[in-house]
Amino acid sequence: MTPTHRDARDPGTKGPRGLGSRKKERIDELAATAGASGPVDEAGAIDDTAGVSLIASAWRRLRRSPVFLVGLAITIAFVVLAIVSSWLAPHDPGEWLLYDKVSPQSNPIPGPEPGFPLGADDKGRDLLSRLLVGSRQTLIVGVCATLFGLAGGLVLGTLAGAFSGWVDSVIMRIVDVMLSIPSLLLAFSISAVASRPSQWTLIIAIAIVQIPIFARLLRGSMLAQRSKDHVLAARALGVKKSAIVLRHMLPNSLGPVIVQATLVLATAIIDAAALSFLGLGNPDDRNPEWGQMLGRAQTYIYDHPHLAFYPAICIIIVALGFTLMGESLREALDPKSRR
Amino acid sequence: MLRFIVRRLLQLVLVIFALSVLLFAWLKSLPGGTVSAMLGERATPESREALTKELGLDQPIPVQYWSFLKRAVQGDFGVSNGVQPGTPALDLLLERFPATIELSISALLVAVLLALPLGYLAARRRGGILDNVAIVGSLVGVAVPVFFLAFLLKYWFAIELGWMPVSGRQEVGNATRVTGFFVLDGLLTREWDASLDALKHLVLPAIALASIPFAMIFRITRASVLDVLDEDFVRTARSKGLTSRVIRGRHIMRNALLPVITAIGLQTGLLLGGAILTETVFNFPGIGNALSEGFTKRDYPVLQVIILAAAGVYVLVNLVVDILYAVVDPRVRTR
Amino acid sequence: MTTTTPETARRDPRGAEPLLSVRDLTVTFKRQGEDPFVAVDGLSFDVRPGQTVGLVGESGCGKSVTSLAIMGLLPDRGNTVTGSVELDGRDLLTLSNKQMRDLRGSDIGMIFQDPLSSLNPVVPIGRQVTEVLERHKGMSRKSAKPVAREMLHKVGIPDPDRRLTEYPHQLSGGMRQRALIAMALACEPRMLIADEPTTALDVTIQAQILALLRELVEEMDTALIMITHDLGVVAGLCDEVNVLYGGRLVERGDRHPLFHDPHHPYTGGLLSSVPSLEGDAAERLNPVPGSVADNLPWTSSCAFAPRCSNAIERCREETPAAVASGDRVLRCFNPLGGQASPAESEEDRR
Repeated sequence: MTPTHRDARDPGTKGPRGLGSRKKERIDELAATAGASGPVDEAGAIDDTAGVSLIASAWRRLRRSPVFLVGLAITIAFVVLAIVSSWLAPHDPGEWLLYDKVSPQSNPIPGPEPGFPLGADDKGRDLLSRLLVGSRQTLIVGVCATLFGLAGGLVLGTLAGAFSGWVDSVIMRIVDVMLSIPSLLLAFSISAVASRPSQWTLIIAIAIVQIPIFARLLRGSMLAQRSKDHVLAARALGVKKSAIVLRHMLPNSLGPVIVQATLVLATAIIDAAALSFLGLGNPDDRNPEWGQMLGRAQTYIYDHPHLAFYPAICIIIVALGFTLMGESLREALDPKSRR
Repeated sequence: MLRFIVRRLLQLVLVIFALSVLLFAWLKSLPGGTVSAMLGERATPESREALTKELGLDQPIPVQYWSFLKRAVQGDFGVSNGVQPGTPALDLLLERFPATIELSISALLVAVLLALPLGYLAARRRGGILDNVAIVGSLVGVAVPVFFLAFLLKYWFAIELGWMPVSGRQEVGNATRVTGFFVLDGLLTREWDASLDALKHLVLPAIALASIPFAMIFRITRASVLDVLDEDFVRTARSKGLTSRVIRGRHIMRNALLPVITAIGLQTGLLLGGAILTETVFNFPGIGNALSEGFTKRDYPVLQVIILAAAGVYVLVNLVVDILYAVVDPRVRTR
Repeated sequence: MTTTTPETARRDPRGAEPLLSVRDLTVTFKRQGEDPFVAVDGLSFDVRPGQTVGLVGESGCGKSVTSLAIMGLLPDRGNTVTGSVELDGRDLLTLSNKQMRDLRGSDIGMIFQDPLSSLNPVVPIGRQVTEVLERHKGMSRKSAKPVAREMLHKVGIPDPDRRLTEYPHQLSGGMRQRALIAMALACEPRMLIADEPTTALDVTIQAQILALLRELVEEMDTALIMITHDLGVVAGLCDEVNVLYGGRLVERGDRHPLFHDPHHPYTGGLLSSVPSLEGDAAERLNPVPGSVADNLPWTSSCAFAPRCSNAIERCREETPAAVASGDRVLRCFNPLGGQASPAESEEDRR
């Protein structure tokens, strides 16, 4: 009796393939959900309405999920706040209004007083205004870091997924090596290269860390698409390769990428805080950002914990909002959770 | 099995090689280039020129890389010029690394010991109170910045309540060193108070560091147990009238643990990253602390040796995890 | 499947006290926010010691739910089970979890449809056999090993010593099902439930497994409940056949009379959808048209009426009652052939 080799390679058996393959496989598993939820009906016919109905059915499930609704509410509130905060803020967040009350010996942090409900920071700037306006920079850092990471990942992943062969191999080896460096360490090393840290070095450092993850995710779901019937059909009909990739494979592979992007928005904001804490943040604090405020509050954290507390709470709530949204999106798109 | 390990080791060498290229490119691209990186920014023009010659930086790039590689293989990464001025970077690494390993393992233990039973119970009572509380807890755990949690723990338990030491790794000054792992050293030399002291210093940083791996391991355990509970073989086990203890251990958990092992391997990366933050907050003398200090002081010899070591450890741990996976899962092993 | 030659029935157990007696078994699933679904509806049947009884029907007819209800393996929540399932006069439905655990594997064994997914992939075959012996016979792992080896040998697994240490994925489909049978029969239970034991296997292997099952239950004098949608399996194995439709018994009879003279149109339909070597191609395959989705509610009609070739007006208006005549039970207003007396309706009876 010979062992049946087919069984040994069931989907259930996740045989290791390369170094760090665990991380890769986690990404690939997520990618596979794109293949499973592509807009192709069981008969394999190309059906454009199926794509719509997939989104519609996902939305129907999401609409009733309290987790998603809470996440969505937080996210909307955050974005709205970021837009209108300039008008909401009672003072200019960069102006040293209470500087005369800051004295290094007796009172480094001015407390609350009329017009300044939360007091001021160590330079006498109104804390409430800084928190409100800080939402804008925080949103910019989160969104830009995610977008840059996504863009880099899209380019690499689409190239690797569209062409098999050496292009794929070379790109994926680079991606694998990048994945083998712990992410915060990678961001750390990248920002160390910049001669002068700024908001943009911070954003780029966070974004580069996300590139290999997005690239691998996208390649995985495009590979799942490549063997799909509607792609084969398009190829058999002689549709140009670039058209197949851009019109058939890429759009259907985006589900897991969107989920990942939502989750990355949360990590980006947290990572920005961590890098600021380590002194790699934006040294220019005229335009406040929550991570920066939190990172800089460490000097006063034992005597005036509220300086760290307020931005930290803001970060936690917003990160939680994105995470809740991302996780419920993932669940809604995952065919396995439909039973 | 042996061929499998050999193949993976070869891949490991390949990744380390690629890393060295990256590291070399990184050093070249640092502000001021390699020389500033090695000597610090305030070095005299003469010493800069001398080092440029010595390192062969007037040579073509491939030659430069070759000599960089040669020095790295010999363990010569330069001398610290900021964190512990005068100490060779490699010596500093060897002195600090055990602290980080001790901290990471403690954090992983805390995370696993909490996450596995909780994940199992949450899956068994899916939709129950415990399940929902644990899920929300794990989501919040991901959203809280590690260093902020570390600050909170330090502020409350060390400063306000005074239950735990505020910072450092050990207060007993004359403890004997054997392995560099202070808790273990105390046990080996029967210096119980030294061991206990080191353990006390570990508690808060370990809990802070455990927050992220806890959240991940909990969620993977829960999802994995849910998957396994649906499996036919669990029904078979029940049809055999086995006790719930045997069903839980041999049939559910042994299968549910496979993805969890994978997840734990991935946690090493997060642990190393989190260690940078936690060690800084608690002034815990590991490589994470050296890294953040090394950055503020632009101590590049220390930075490069730590980055290489951290990446190497990460790759190595994942190799071990893959092998462990093969040991646990006969489908991989007997292929 | 008709190639498995119908053997003469095993020693006639009729008249003996039933070993297992199912009365009015009703299983209702109720999920939050959904209408309750009655999967098994007032099912009654007996199994006598050493007898082989078939439960036959399409998927969704309630046959697997019946077996899980007997074993006490239905999910803890979301269902209600009423009626009684008596084994030697003990009602299994009233037993505690602990009592059921003691019973499962020792008094009643069960084998399942898909042998690969029904075996634990990370535990050696031998261990999966010995754990039953350890649990119920109080054996040590060591002393259970030769028994397990003997058991594997008995179910026809070659080189059992080697197989003891192997894992399920290293065995072929047929070998896996044999191993599963070895586990179910390790403690020599008086009752074995086989839920579609051959459906997932190749045709040639199916015949081997059926022959093995027949041989083993005869040798050990084990009663067998055979659950299948395949009348070919029933023909080769069962003494008595219960045909289920939509959760209710529609016809019961001894194998030979039932096969030669089916009364219920559904039984007739099932029989003619079994390919036979005799007869010409045209009449060979005549499957029952439609699907379970077309069912009418039993409460006000015959559920089978929309798919029935013999349906009359009454079938859509009244619920037929199950009527016994001799060993035959029938639930039909307009039976095939017309020789059997048609059933009265449940409404009339009250």
